[in-house]
Amino acid sequence: MSLADRQISTPAGPPIPAGDRMPAGAPALSIRDVSVTFGAATNRPVLKDITFDVREGEFLSIVGPSGCGKTTLLRLFAGLMAPTSGSIQFDGKPVAGPSRQRAIVFQDYTNALLPWRTVAGNIALSLERHVPSRAARDAQVAALIAKMGLERAAQQFPTQLSGGMQQRVQIARCLAQQPRIMLMDEPFGALDAITRQTLQDDLLKLAAETRMTTVFITHDLEEAIYLGDRVYVLGANPGRIIETIEVGLPKPRNQLTTREDPKFLAHRHHLFGLMQGH
Amino acid sequence: MRRFWRGALLPGVFLLLWEFATRWGWLQYESLSWPSAIARAGWTALLDGSILLATWQTCQAALLGLVIGAVVGVFTGAILGLWTPVARTAGPTFDALRAIPSIAWMPVALLVYGWGLSMEAAVVAYATTWPILVATAAAVRGVETRLLEVADVLEMRFRERLFKIVLPAAFGRINVGLRIALGVALVVAVTVEIAVNPRGLGYALVLAQQSLRADLMYAQILWLAMIGFLLNALMRTVDGPQSAPGGRRA
Repeated sequence: MSLADRQISTPAGPPIPAGDRMPAGAPALSIRDVSVTFGAATNRPVLKDITFDVREGEFLSIVGPSGCGKTTLLRLFAGLMAPTSGSIQFDGKPVAGPSRQRAIVFQDYTNALLPWRTVAGNIALSLERHVPSRAARDAQVAALIAKMGLERAAQQFPTQLSGGMQQRVQIARCLAQQPRIMLMDEPFGALDAITRQTLQDDLLKLAAETRMTTVFITHDLEEAIYLGDRVYVLGANPGRIIETIEVGLPKPRNQLTTREDPKFLAHRHHLFGLMQGH
Repeated sequence: MRRFWRGALLPGVFLLLWEFATRWGWLQYESLSWPSAIARAGWTALLDGSILLATWQTCQAALLGLVIGAVVGVFTGAILGLWTPVARTAGPTFDALRAIPSIAWMPVALLVYGWGLSMEAAVVAYATTWPILVATAAAVRGVETRLLEVADVLEMRFRERLFKIVLPAAFGRINVGLRIALGVALVVAVTVEIAVNPRGLGYALVLAQQSLRADLMYAQILWLAMIGFLLNALMRTVDGPQSAPGGRRA
């Protein structure tokens, strides 16, 4: 079964074969008493006593001011670093290091893409060892290119593309690795407003179709509310969770109506007040 | 074109002065020939094929040595660049080895291989390994962290990581080391030929000098300059995957 069948083109079907699914209600990620301190133990912790679950299939936004340890938190989830204390479990097992099951979309797409490979080549990178057949691989790459609207750029190099397109390539490459969870570190932070909104909507559509668990980090309150099923607010010094909200806005969301929804505005007011206090 | 002629003016005047100063006996040294005689000697050597054969022998040894040096240098450099503990442990040893002038290995290489291609290539390989090793280690250490994290998340094993991420990302800077090594290769090959190995352009130079053929000697030196120039130009065209359209990575 190709990736296109499995994850991308069949919104109705389960995104992952039943055997791979976790029991209903089980958290995808569970974080318990996680603290991170850089350097000497006497230093102030970057993250302190973080405890929460990421639910299977949800879109979780994490918002916070700069320096609150958002990125550190995401790197912990990815297994790119280990917490100073506390535990992180993915699928009931401790996170011991990076894994193909947890894709990470970096903010700095220029550094994360391979400049010597074309768009198609960059996406194929995720598949090369796992899909040995050239034809099958090409088909999957083509499906992802179509999915992300990169058809015209397929044979171009990343440096020839706009920021938004490059970020699409990175997302496509992450999708190609067929992750169980998508970790996104301020992926649209460097993009202009219009590109950003388009990508937000494309991401929501993708998340709905694949029902993939997504953790989305941002410093933009509205983006957090607009995208998320839930929003965690991190406070700084030390980084800790100061608020959790269930967004509860109807889906699919719409850049105009959702953002004018009284509930959206109420969330925004509430979160804005919280962030001001920090 | 105008700039070319302007640039050629000074050497032109110099050559003319040299030609007539030696011909008319203002300058008389055994070590000196004059431009027209040098050109004639070069032309003769070219026609009888002797300089071409010598060139082939020198280039053969230089390139063979360079290839060996490049393979050893790139791999060792990549390992040193990837693993800091290895670099800390092996670093001092390599620094000590690097401090030995490559030429000092000539007697050893001669004992091991005898006269011929092998001993010359071995000395060249030794000499060229270092600039490539140092450049590669630095280039690998400088590979964008993000790319390594991408490799981590994709659970790449060592080989895949090396060939798909590390070496392509480091290629531009490794190439600088290769270009330096190419110059070194030619210098060392000719040196070995002049000192011990009876083949190639270095040996031809020695023969010309011993038979007091200053004209031939200068012709050969000019020929060497041309080879060096051509090899460098050749290397410049091999600029690799990073010169993909749209510009290279900084």
